[in-house]
Amino acid sequence: MAGRRVAIVGVGHSKYGYRNDVSLAELAWESIKQALDDAGVGQEDIEFVVYGNVGVWSSEPLPAVVINEYAGLTPKGTIRVEAACATGSAAIKHGYDMVASGQADIVMVVGVEKMNESPTPIVVELIGRAGNYFWEFENFGLTFPGYYAFYATAYMARYGATEEDLCRVAVKNHYYAARNPKAHFPREITLEQCMQSRYIAWPFKLYDCSPISDGSAAVILASEEVAKKLTDTPVWIKSIGVASDTSNISRRPDFLLRRGVRRAAEIAFKRAGIPLEESYRYIDVAEVHDAFTIAEILSYEELGFARPGEGYLLAREGQTYIGGRIPVNVSGGLKAKGHPLGATGVGMAVELANQLRGEADRGRQVPVKHGVAVANNVGGTGHYAYVIVYSLNP
Amino acid sequence: MSQSQKKAMEEYMKQVEQFVEEVKKSTGLPLVPDQKTGAALWYDQRELRIKYTISVERIRRFFEGLAEGKVYATRCKHCGTVYFPPQADCPRCRRSDMEWVEIKGEGELLTYTVIYTKPASFAHYPDYAVGIAHFPDPGVNVLAWISENDPKKLRVGMKVRLKVVRRQPENYLTYELEPVGDGGES
Repeated sequence: MAGRRVAIVGVGHSKYGYRNDVSLAELAWESIKQALDDAGVGQEDIEFVVYGNVGVWSSEPLPAVVINEYAGLTPKGTIRVEAACATGSAAIKHGYDMVASGQADIVMVVGVEKMNESPTPIVVELIGRAGNYFWEFENFGLTFPGYYAFYATAYMARYGATEEDLCRVAVKNHYYAARNPKAHFPREITLEQCMQSRYIAWPFKLYDCSPISDGSAAVILASEEVAKKLTDTPVWIKSIGVASDTSNISRRPDFLLRRGVRRAAEIAFKRAGIPLEESYRYIDVAEVHDAFTIAEILSYEELGFARPGEGYLLAREGQTYIGGRIPVNVSGGLKAKGHPLGATGVGMAVELANQLRGEADRGRQVPVKHGVAVANNVGGTGHYAYVIVYSLNP
Repeated sequence: MSQSQKKAMEEYMKQVEQFVEEVKKSTGLPLVPDQKTGAALWYDQRELRIKYTISVERIRRFFEGLAEGKVYATRCKHCGTVYFPPQADCPRCRRSDMEWVEIKGEGELLTYTVIYTKPASFAHYPDYAVGIAHFPDPGVNVLAWISENDPKKLRVGMKVRLKVVRRQPENYLTYELEPVGDGGES
């Protein structure tokens, strides 16, 4: 990839969950403060601030300036970016591009979402409208579980995966969330609990779905020269792959593999020098977009952790726990760590930086052999696809 | 069953409103404790209602078709690309010379779901099934409600037909997928 090298030099991460104890700006400040402290820089050192926030369910329509003011960052330049559930990764890409292109040496990226400012049925409605409003929501009332259920139904019919296989993803992610104090649901669940939970959108039950979360996360990005002055453990952004898929889900060729995610992986892995086939041999840990259990299984296949049609076997065999083929979502994932849309992609970056630095919580630190971690953040139902490769090696 | 989600939501919101009014009377402030955590919440005194008006001028024929009981796609007269949902412009050859082609005959169900937890504006309907079907004539996928909402009676690959129906209680024309033959008669 052309341009200057870019490193993460500071990270911050709020507790995710039902956060009605704080306002949007207060929630963002929790992560901003941690990131500034971690990087050892002041607001005056930050040249530009990128905010990832979807909003609509929360009251402030201009979150970037509201938070910049609250956090003492005015009059630094700022922008708010949106890419549905991949908003956080879009914000990272914006910050990365600024540093890589030489427009800035230090940029802060903040992801924040306050979904619980609106009642749940309204949030369900607003998320359901994200896709194609006129042709798929207006008449047919799709919800996000419903959209992803299309993938689950087709996948199960084609490959023989079962509802139990889907639930195994939830059980794993809750297992690790129980070891993550920042998680929305820091507790384990059993396969039976998942299987007995009520149906939300067939074949998904409650425990197949990520929760409506509030939360924030922040990273400070710096150029190579500045990064080397600030820290001994910079985490480099090796590559970012971005792709898209059709707004109308009906226009996709099948519901077995998300072509956007596959393409984003091809772009990112090629630039990072990782082969797509058996990519897991080169990667220590991955955070993938398990907004719904099927989505994690699809990611296994799209990222080369399993062959097409065999992703569910990784879940069935427990191959994505620490010690298996490749540890996936050992933060708890969107499923149990939580999914505050704008924060999610930034939260993945924070988690993977901590994992690569060997600073993850007890009981969920992966062995770091290659110094390489991968984030896969997906907006909508594959609409916006991001794959980002992080590395200890520049 | 059908009205329960909407009724429950409306009932709940009414209770909250009443509670806030009581609190304002005694304290002068719309501050209410969060039900789960007790945190102080400002209950918004402003409400925003949104209804969009969306231009369908250039695909007006589609809606005229529904009135005739037909569901139309568009086909580019130059390159033959078929579009559903119908498009007035062909991005492939950058022309806007389209013809309307009816979606006919049997289609094959590619995938489906049944929505139990509904969006606010759909809370008044019974649980509804949504599917995506492929119609070889003229070669498009269509997403719509399926007339059968029991997932046990649906399967990938089953044959379906498109049918124009009047959606109630709003009383407007739309289309749905109807299983044909053995796979899920009513």
